[in-house]
Amino acid sequence: MVSYIFRRVLATLPVMAIVALLVFSLLYIAPGDPAAVIAGDQASPADVERIRQSLGLDRPLLVQFGSWVWHILHGDLGTSIFTNLPVTSLIVQRIEPTLSLMTITLVLTILVAVPLGVVAAWKAGSWIDRAIMAFAVSAFSLPVFVVGYVLAYVFALELEWLPVQGYTPLAEGLWPWLENLILPSVALACVYIALIARITRASMLEVLQQDYIRTARAKGLGQRNILFVHALKNAAVPIVTVIGIGVALLIGGAVVTESVFAIPGLGRLTIDAILRRDYPVIQGIVLMFSFLYTLVNLTVDVTYTLIDPRIRY
Amino acid sequence: MTVSTASPMPVPPGLVIAQQLPDLLLPAKVRRGVLGFLRNNPTVAIGGALLLCLVLVGIFAPYLGTVDPTALAPAKRTRPPSADFWFGTDALGRDIYSRVLYGARVSLTVGLSVALLASLAGLTIGLISGFVRWADSIIMRFMDGLMSIPPILLAVALMALTRGSVGNVILAITIAEIPRVSRLVRGVVLSLREQPYVDAAVASGTRTPMIILRHILPNTLAPMLVQATYVCASAMIVESILSFIGAGTPPTIPSWGNIMAEGRALWQVKPFIVFFPAAFLSATVLAVNLVGDGLRDALDPRMAKSL
Repeated sequence: MVSYIFRRVLATLPVMAIVALLVFSLLYIAPGDPAAVIAGDQASPADVERIRQSLGLDRPLLVQFGSWVWHILHGDLGTSIFTNLPVTSLIVQRIEPTLSLMTITLVLTILVAVPLGVVAAWKAGSWIDRAIMAFAVSAFSLPVFVVGYVLAYVFALELEWLPVQGYTPLAEGLWPWLENLILPSVALACVYIALIARITRASMLEVLQQDYIRTARAKGLGQRNILFVHALKNAAVPIVTVIGIGVALLIGGAVVTESVFAIPGLGRLTIDAILRRDYPVIQGIVLMFSFLYTLVNLTVDVTYTLIDPRIRY
Repeated sequence: MTVSTASPMPVPPGLVIAQQLPDLLLPAKVRRGVLGFLRNNPTVAIGGALLLCLVLVGIFAPYLGTVDPTALAPAKRTRPPSADFWFGTDALGRDIYSRVLYGARVSLTVGLSVALLASLAGLTIGLISGFVRWADSIIMRFMDGLMSIPPILLAVALMALTRGSVGNVILAITIAEIPRVSRLVRGVVLSLREQPYVDAAVASGTRTPMIILRHILPNTLAPMLVQATYVCASAMIVESILSFIGAGTPPTIPSWGNIMAEGRALWQVKPFIVFFPAAFLSATVLAVNLVGDGLRDALDPRMAKSL
């Protein structure tokens, strides 16, 4: 198993290299002169030239890529054009709210979606199943900011149960931190819950037809035992895969949710960077999230071997 | 139903003929044509009808009692919905009803264009990958990398480097969607290549282009069609998100994401500005997803049971 994990980690490195190459080459794939676009319509030729130099666009391509990779390996994601601060420190300043939001959403999703999917598969064809699946289709169709606004309107503005927006660091206490994150994470979790509930149901239906489930029933095991111990464990691999893939939804959705709920995280940093056309910041955030996403899916692959000893590559 | 015990053959003495049992399953009614298909697949019918309405709304937006969606009226700012302004007016006094109806054009154009372009590109890449062995590993490593960048962020990065226009939004979202379609097509192609009828075609000397055209393409169309509807739904959501965070359709064009972005600052006091475009966007995406789910169930009965 150790050698499998080692090989799997090694296999991630080329993917990360390709991600870095792609993120780097975005500047060159884009039509037109990126320096002119970033500088904006009112910029003087001197401004454009200054941006060209600060992005290193005046140097040969290979030299640029080499120095860019060299800096990334040393944790340097470049310097913001607008604030002149290192992108790495901008990201570190803003990462806590985003990671908090994503973690709570992930936990909430798994706690809600997996039982929903299991119940839907168990009662397949019944009204409960149909209700859960109808919820899944609708939740999948609702953009995250729509859910966010509706939740904030009902639970914060009308009922006044929870704060409308804002963020309190975890250091100032568990409840103030959690209070501000409940609505955003429910909003963000909606799409994700729909996705995981559907795949859980599909995977469970497949497993429930197996002979060993009939054996378990014949042995007289309780329904809950059969569903959650025998069936769920064998249905887990596709579910865990989709939880990993779905983190991409979570990352994209977090940017928008933060903007709806005025959470000062990486999403806000992204939006400010877009407004100021601060490309190094955008590039740094994209690269950071892509690496995070790759690492999540690496973890998922390694988790397989723990769930299912039959899997060996 | 009557049970007939009469037998056409004379029964030898001592033998009892089993009673003929009534049919347990009613004969399946074969419905043909488009209408028959819709009756068999109510999900497609409902989603399709809703989608058709929204397409008509987009096409006939100028004739549905709308005014110029970009006309400013500073004296009539942020009016709540009324007989004059069905959906109210925004912070610049523009009529939200007109803006939302015209916004349908942007969303649907983006959704359909991305679905079409991503399908064509994905089909080409998937076919090459499935048939050209040496290219396969290069293409797939490249796609792995592309898929490791969360689609919304990839589109944001691309949009930050180009001037905002509907065309660039379509292009950016298409690039972000291509890897998923290519992977699907490649998977289908690889499994079809193992089919006995493809082996038979190869053995009888059919040339590769003919095999692709005759045997591979027709079989990829069904899963591609289903995937295209999901790409379309996802593209509409991504477009609205891009516009909402200021990296999408230029603010001068009324799109649902732009209307919501403009209503964002005022949403606590004037929630209707955000509400109407949000409702239209959700309804459109739901319609497309219903069509997709229905098509998937109809085209792949094995999946219908499980998903």
